[in-house]
Order: sequence, then C-alpha cells, then structure tokens
Amino acid sequence: MDGIMTTTHAVEVRNVFKNYGDVEALHDLSLDFPKGELTSLLGPSGCGKTTLLKIIAGLLPATSGEVFVNGETVTGPGPDRAFVFQDFALLPWASVLRNVAFGLELRNVPKSEREAKAEKYIADVGLKGFEHKYPHQLSGGMRQRVGLARALSVDAQVLLMDEPFSAVDEQTRRKFQEDLLDLVQNENKTFIFVTHSIEEAVYVSDQIALLLPRPSRVSEIIRPGGFRHKDPDSIRRDSEYLDIVDDIWKSLRTYVE
Amino acid sequence: MNVLGYKLPAMSSLIIWGALWEIVGQLELSFFLPALSDIFVTLTEIIGTPPFIKALKETAQAFALGTFFAVSIGIPVGILMGKNKLADEFLLPWVNVFLSAPLTALVPVLMVLFGFGLKAIVITTTLFAIWIIVLNTRAGVKQINPSLVEMANSFGASSFAALTKIYFWAALPEILSGVRIGFIRAVKGVIIGQLLISIVGFGALFELYSAQFLMTHFWAVLLVLFAMAFTLSEFLAHLERKVEYYASKR
Ligand SMILES: Nc1ncnc2c1ncn2[C@@H]1O[C@H](COP(=O)(O)OP(=O)(O)OP(=O)(O)O)[C@@H](O)[C@H]1O
Ligand SMILES: [Mg+2]
Repeated sequence: MDGIMTTTHAVEVRNVFKNYGDVEALHDLSLDFPKGELTSLLGPSGCGKTTLLKIIAGLLPATSGEVFVNGETVTGPGPDRAFVFQDFALLPWASVLRNVAFGLELRNVPKSEREAKAEKYIADVGLKGFEHKYPHQLSGGMRQRVGLARALSVDAQVLLMDEPFSAVDEQTRRKFQEDLLDLVQNENKTFIFVTHSIEEAVYVSDQIALLLPRPSRVSEIIRPGGFRHKDPDSIRRDSEYLDIVDDIWKSLRTYVE
Repeated sequence: MNVLGYKLPAMSSLIIWGALWEIVGQLELSFFLPALSDIFVTLTEIIGTPPFIKALKETAQAFALGTFFAVSIGIPVGILMGKNKLADEFLLPWVNVFLSAPLTALVPVLMVLFGFGLKAIVITTTLFAIWIIVLNTRAGVKQINPSLVEMANSFGASSFAALTKIYFWAALPEILSGVRIGFIRAVKGVIIGQLLISIVGFGALFELYSAQFLMTHFWAVLLVLFAMAFTLSEFLAHLERKVEYYASKR
C-alpha cells in the first residue's frame, strides 16, 4: 500500500512540528502533494506557509516530523527541488543570462552547456533579447520571470513557489497565472504554490490546502477541477469557480474577524 | 562645485589653493612655506635622482606588501565576522580597539618584536590599513539580502561557492570603500614606519630634508606622496562607482 502512495505523491509531509523559540508555527502538520499537480497553500498571514515551504525545500529543519520527496527523507536542499522566491533573489551584479544559469553554475555545469540551457528557458519565459540586461534594468514582472527561468533550468521535479506573483501588478499577475497553468500542463513537474489570494489559488490549483492560523495544521483540502479544461476568461465566471472562492472565504473569514 | 550659479571646472579648489600658496610663498613670510613654483622646480630636479628613485622603490615595496596583507587578511576576516556570530563577538572588540588605537605608539613594540627592517615596516603599514577594511567588509556582509543566501543554499552551493559568488560580491561596494580608506591610512603607516623603524624610503627623505631645513625639498616629496595617494584613491573611487548601480539594490 505504501508503494502506491509513494509513487503518486511527489512530496509527503508527515506530522511536522516547527517551533521558533516559544512560537509554535506548525503543529502536527501532514499533507500530500500529488505528482504532476499544483497544490496551493492558502491561509491567513503568519500561519506558517513560508515555514512549511522552506522545510520542504530543506532550507529549515523541522522541530520534529518528516518530509519525503519521491519517498526519500529530506535532510537539506537537493537537486529534486527548486525554489522561486517572493523577492526574486536575483544577483544584482549579474546579467539575466548568468542569473538564469546560476543554479547550474552552482552545480558545476560547464559554462557553454549551462548558458545554452539558460538561453532556452529565457526564451520560454518570454525574455528573449534581455539576456545581457541586469536586474535593475527590468520590471518586477520580468525579474520574476528570471527567477522562474532559473528554477526551471535546473530541471527539478518539484517547484516551490513562495507568493511568486505578489510583487507584480494585477495584469501581469493574471498573465502569470495563465502561464503557470500552461507550465503545469506541459512540464511534468509538481508545483507547491503559496498565495494569499483565494481567487488565485482556485484559479491555478489542482488541490488547495487551507491552513489554520498558528499553530498551523491543514484544516481542509479542496480539489477544484470541473472547470480546468475551460478557457481562462470563462473560468473566472464559472459557477463552480465562484462557489469554491466563496466557500474558502467563508472558512477563512472566521479567523480574520 | 557651484559658486554663485557658475559651475566651476573640476579641481578648481585645488587651483585656488595652489594660487594662494604661491602668493603667500612669494611674500616670503616664513621659510616653512616656500613658493609653490620653487617647490615644483626642486621637484623636477630631484625626481630622477638615484636617492629619490631608491626611496620611491623602498616606500612602494613596503606599501605594496603592507596593503597586500591588509586586503588579503582583512577581507576574509571581515566576511567571517559578518557571517559568523561567534567569530564576530570574539573579534569585534579587538578590531574596534585597534581601529581607534594610536598605532604610532605601538611601533616601538613592533620593532622589538620584528626587528628594524622591512618586516616591521610592512607590519606597521598593514596594521594601519587592515581594521577599517575588516569593519567595512563586515558591514557589507551584514546587510546582505538573506534570500540571496537562501537561494544559493537551495541550489546546493558549497560554503566556498557561497563565499566567493554571493558574500564577496554582495559586500563589494563596502569592501571597496574600506580598501580606499585603508590605503590612505597605509600611506600614513608606511611613512611612520620608515621614520621610526629604520630611516629608509620617503621617511628618510623627510627626515633628511626637515633636519636640514630644506623646505622646498620637503614639500616636493610631500607633493609626490600626495599625488600618488590621490591617484590611488581616485582609482578605487572609480571602482566604487562601477558597482554603485547595485549598491542600493541588494
Ligand atoms: N526566523 C523566525 N524567528 C521567529 N519567528 C518566526 C521566524 N520566521 C517565522 N516566524 C513566525 O512563525 C510564524 C509563521 O511564519 P511564516 O513566515 O511561515 O508565515 P506565512 O504564512 O508565510 O506568513 P505570510 O503569509 O505573512 O507570508 C509567524 O508567526 C512568524 O512570526
Ligand atoms: Mg510567507
């Protein structure tokens, strides 16, 4: 039985606790992330979404509990996961090309090989022609595309995204959400996506995990699905989409008040 | 520089002071202050002479060695202090003490420890320059954007790679300004060393000229020293401006 579980879940979080000194951020949190799907972590501010994502990334140790990626225990960062940062985390002194290739550079991939790969992903995220620009010459939206291209170019199976679209304007954000859906379709990767926006979560997710306020556990798992095949604009008017947004809002508002 | 709405050419303040100096010198108010033109005449006379070349070489050698050690020890120590809390708590008091200590008073001790030769002079120079480099590097590392470090970790960076590819570059604007100030202090250090430890290099020239009241000679050597320090400092300031574009956006 466990055999089936581990092949269908790219990431499994088992009974994770996390304390920062006296602050208990995560309390006995368990959650599965199905392979090839996008799972959103949605919850009130300060509930521990970033904490959970960093524990999965191996950037933070859990106080207790375990995380498995493809059945293997996480003890630190690994080539099977790549992180997309909320503040982009680009090297300000490096060109777009070097930034996108930086993950590969740290893995000692030869220069010509990593730059060829980086060029491909720069084109994929729509930044062709900007290879030799520097981050300060780009808009917020373009910078996040650089961060995304960097994460894609290391070809990790799991992409961890911490509010990747929160620093871009609304139009760009909608475009990004549509691009993200294409990405989930075309790249055979598992996406774990943190967001504050209920609409965004319902729009892009195969599965939404609602987190309770601190100390955080999963309160509800929602799987929107009926409208996934529709075109972008009709999804935002779809009745199932609107109902789910409404339901989530009702669950969350009790904590906001 | 702007005066009454007119933009003055670069270095015009230098020109004004130079003119003032010339006038005061021509008035022969004090033997201490000869006319600037006389100083330049003397300068052209002594600048190619073997004693001057020898002094220049001795000073340049001690300066180069002293600053080399200050940079190659100061930057790694500064990075370590910025990264590691324990190292920081351990070393910071000493760095602060030495930064403000009257190092000249330490020179006799250095002579006892390291003799009267080049070694003691180089160490004096290093001691003058290193502390500000350490402190500035440390400050540069401390203000690094933590998500850059996390980013490097998430891609499995070794600590050496994080050091050379993230920390060093993130701190570079502060490192360069530390190095610039350090080099200016090193000029002071090398001359004090050459005056107090063994009378060699420019220190010997200063000693000789002031003892014989050869003020035009004295000022000529001082001008050379000033010109060299100024060039060096302008070069480092130029490097600083080159990294300015990212200094505000780390
Ligand atoms: N390094 C830390 N030291 C102490 N407490 C921390 C630390 N990092 C996070 N916390 C606390 O842990 C809790 C969870 O933080 P976390 O950043 O994971 O929340 P979040 O869900 O990502 O919030 P947001 O939606 O605002 O980004 C918060 O209450 C926060 O104050
Ligand atoms: Mg967060």
